[in-house]
Amino acid sequence: MTPGITFTIDGKQVTAAPGQTIIEAADTAGIYIPRLCHKPGLEPFGSCRLCTVTVGGRPCSSCTQPAAEGIVVESDTDELNEHRRALLEMLFVEGNHFCMFCEKSGNCELQALAYKFGITAPSFTYQWQKHDVDASHPQILIDRNRCILCARCVRASQDLDGKSVFGFVGRGPNKRLAVNAEARLSDTNVDVTDEALDVCPVGALLRKHVGYKVPIGKRQFDHTPIGSDVEGEPAPDDCGCGGAENVCQCTQSE
Amino acid sequence: MHDDVESTVQRICQSYDNDGRRLMDIVTDLHREYGCVDPEAMDLIARCVNVPRLRVQSLVSFYSFYAEAPRGRIVIRLSDDVIDRMHGYDRVAAAFCDELGIGMGETTADGLFTLERTACIGMCDQAPAGLVNDVVITHLSSDKARQIVQDLRRHGDPHQLVTSLGDGENGCDLIHSMVRNNLRKAGSVIFSPINRGEAIRKALSISPQEVIRAMKTARLRGRGGAGFPAGMKWEFARGAGDGQKYILCNADEGEPGTFKDRVILTERADRVFAGMTIAGYAIGASEGIMYLRAEYAYLKPHLEDVLRRRRIDGLLGETVLGRNEFAFDIRIQIGAGAYVCGEETALISSCEGKRGDPMTRPPFPAQKGYNGCPTVINNVETLCCVTKIMEEGPATFSDCGSDQSSGTKLLSISGDCKRAGVYEFPFGTTLREVLNECGGLEAQAVQVGGPSGKMVSPADFDRKICFEDLATGGSVMVFGPQRNILDIVHGFMDFFVDESCGYCTPCRVGNVLLKQLVERVRDGSGEPDDLDQMRRIAGTMKATSRCGLGQTSSNPVMSTLTTFETEYTDRVQDGPDGQRRGFDLAESVKAAESIAGRPSVHTGQDD
Repeated sequence: MTPGITFTIDGKQVTAAPGQTIIEAADTAGIYIPRLCHKPGLEPFGSCRLCTVTVGGRPCSSCTQPAAEGIVVESDTDELNEHRRALLEMLFVEGNHFCMFCEKSGNCELQALAYKFGITAPSFTYQWQKHDVDASHPQILIDRNRCILCARCVRASQDLDGKSVFGFVGRGPNKRLAVNAEARLSDTNVDVTDEALDVCPVGALLRKHVGYKVPIGKRQFDHTPIGSDVEGEPAPDDCGCGGAENVCQCTQSE
Repeated sequence: MHDDVESTVQRICQSYDNDGRRLMDIVTDLHREYGCVDPEAMDLIARCVNVPRLRVQSLVSFYSFYAEAPRGRIVIRLSDDVIDRMHGYDRVAAAFCDELGIGMGETTADGLFTLERTACIGMCDQAPAGLVNDVVITHLSSDKARQIVQDLRRHGDPHQLVTSLGDGENGCDLIHSMVRNNLRKAGSVIFSPINRGEAIRKALSISPQEVIRAMKTARLRGRGGAGFPAGMKWEFARGAGDGQKYILCNADEGEPGTFKDRVILTERADRVFAGMTIAGYAIGASEGIMYLRAEYAYLKPHLEDVLRRRRIDGLLGETVLGRNEFAFDIRIQIGAGAYVCGEETALISSCEGKRGDPMTRPPFPAQKGYNGCPTVINNVETLCCVTKIMEEGPATFSDCGSDQSSGTKLLSISGDCKRAGVYEFPFGTTLREVLNECGGLEAQAVQVGGPSGKMVSPADFDRKICFEDLATGGSVMVFGPQRNILDIVHGFMDFFVDESCGYCTPCRVGNVLLKQLVERVRDGSGEPDDLDQMRRIAGTMKATSRCGLGQTSSNPVMSTLTTFETEYTDRVQDGPDGQRRGFDLAESVKAAESIAGRPSVHTGQDD
C-alpha cells in the first residue's frame, strides 16, 4: 500500500505525500490555486488569504491546511473567485500601486492576478495612505507603497539567509514592513545577494542598478498568465518575442 | 543617565533569566520605570535576551499600552466605546483636554501627563470610566475630570484619587479601588458561597479520566462565546502525549460591554484558580498561566495574594494536598492592551513574549500550544464552573439551564437600563426576562454578544440566551429609542479597525472599508450601491479571515442590515430636493473654490 493521501480538488482526484499541504498537492497535480504570500521553499504563512478553498464546505487557506485522506476540496468556484477578486481589490486600494511607473510591471504577481481575475480598476475606496520609501542602501530599495505585507522577505531572510533583516511593526491598518535597525536598511546586515530580495511578489523590494534589464514586453507575465507554470502550459517557443506560441499576444507573432 | 538605562534593562532582563519568552514582562517592567521603550532600550533588551532588535520593536509597536516615545509620568486613558460615549465620553474627554491644555494622544510640556483614548476597559456599568496609570476612575463627568487633573497636579499620586471605596473585595487593601461590583443577581453556580479546597480534594480522589468524564456529564461548554465542550478539549490535551502541558486561563476580558470576569476575579478568584488546578490534574499539566488584561492590572496584587495563600495551604505547589504525584503552580501574565489576545492562539503568542498575532491552525493548542506543548485555554467563568461541578457533582450543574446549554450564564448588562451590572441567569432565560430584571424593556435594540454578536430588535426579545439560540460571551448592551443605530455600528467598526492585528488581508483592510461605508451612509452621503458593497466586503471577510476576529467583525453591519435595514435604506435614498441627504451645495462650492484657489464665478450674482 502506498503512503499517499488521495482526495479531490474540484472533482479531480489528486495524491499528496504525508505532511503536504493542499496547495502543494495541487501544484504537483497541475492545479493552480491563486496565491500571493505562499512560495515553495518558504514556511507557510497564510496571510493573503487568496488561496482560500473550501474543505467539506468550510473555508480554509490551502497553503496552511494539511491534505487529508478523502477530503473534498473546492477551489475554482464562482464564490471563491469572487472572494479572491475582493481580496485583490483590497490590496490595491490599501497600497499605492502605479503599475505604469513600477519596475516590477510584467513580473508582478499582484498585477498578474488582477489581470487573471479581470480587475481593470478596484471598486473599493482608495486609501491613499502615506508610506515610506527607504533608499538608504546603495544597492537595495524598499518602497512600502507597494508592500502587501506577505512576509515572504521576512521568512526568506530568517530561514534562507539566516538573518532577520525584515519584520513587521504596528498593527491593523498601521502594520508595516520594518528593518532590523533603528531606521534604515543600510544599517542592517542585508546583502545584495540575499535570497530575501528574490522573493518579493511585488515591487516593494528591488535591487538597484538592474532596473529594466528585461524590457517590458519580455517579462514573465507579459505572455503567459500567472499560474501557467503550475498548470503545465508548454514552455515558450521562440517566436522572436519570448512568448509562448499558443498564448503569445505580442504583435510580432501575428 | 545612559549607564542608568543600561543597568536597569540588565537588572530587569536578569530578573526573568534573560528569557525571550518573558519579553512582555520585561517591557512592562521597563515601562514602569521609564514610561516607554525607546530605541536605545530596544537595543539593550535585544542584546540581553539575545533576540533581533526588530522583535522587540515589533512587540512594543503592537500593544497599545506600550510606547516608543517618552510619555507623561501619569498616563490618563479614557475608555472609548459605544457605552462610554452614550454616557458622556465626549464631554469628559473635552474637559480633560481643556484642563491639561493638550489634545487626545498628547503629552503636556512638563512631561507630567499623557492623555489617550483606549478600548473598553471593562467598566461599562460605571461609565464613563478611565485609567490613571493602573488606577481605575469611574462615573466620570466634566467636573470630576477637572478635579482629577487639579488633584494630580497637587499630589501627583493616582492612588490618592480613590477617596471612596467600592463594595466587597474592591475595598480590601490590595485592591483599594473605587470600582463597584454591581452584582445584581447572584445565581446558583458562580457566585454561590465557596468551600475552599473542597473541589480539589474531590477531584484528586478520582482519576483524571473521571474528572474529564464529570465535565462531559455536566455538559460544560466554554463560556467565552464559542461554546466548545470543555471535557472534549481536555481529553484532546490529555491524549497528546506524556510531556509538559499547560493550562491557560483567559482573563483577557476585552469584548466591549463585558465586565463579569472582573467581578469573578474580585470576588471568586479562589474558584478560578481551583478550576485551573483541577484542569491541570485532568490533562496532566504542572503549570498554569492566567493571562490578565492590562486594564485589570489593579487586581494583580490581590490575585497574587490569593495564589500565595493557596500555596501556603497546600492547594498549589510541588505536592498539591500532599500528593507527591501532582505538582501544580500558576503565574499571572499581564497583557498590554490588545483585544485580539483574547483569541486563544493570540493569547499563547502573547504569553510567549511575541506580538499578539493569532497562530496558524492546525495544529490546535491542544496538540501544540504554549511553548509548543499541548495546552488548554479556558475562560475565567468556565473554570469557575469546573470547580462548582467538582463541588456538587455534574448532575446538579446540568439540572440547571437549557437542552444544549447547562448551568448558568453571567451577563454584563450596560447601556440604557435602570440597573446596569452583573447578572447570573440560568441558560435558556429569554432576553425579555433579562431586560425586565435590569429595567431595559424600552430598548429599541439590544446588542447581545458584544460588537461581534447580534443586534436584536424587540421582535426577537423572546429569544433565549443559550448556545443553541442567542449565544453570548456575556456582553448585553441596551440601546434606548433615542440612540442612532448607525452611530453604534460605526463605533463597533471603529473598535475592530483599532484592534485588528493586521496579519491577514480581509480583516486588515475590510474593517477599514466597512467603517468608511457606514460613515458615508450615516452621514447621508451614501448610495444604494454602498449597501451591496458592504455585503460583498463582509462576505469576503467572513469567509476568508484567518481568525475569529475577522470572521465576525462584520457582524455589526450584517446583523443591522438585516434587522434594521431601513436605518440604511432611508439614508441612501435621495432627499426631498432630489439630492443626496448629506450633500451641502454651499459647502461643496466652498471646497471647490479652495481647490481652485479663486472664488466661484457665480459669487455675487447669486447673493
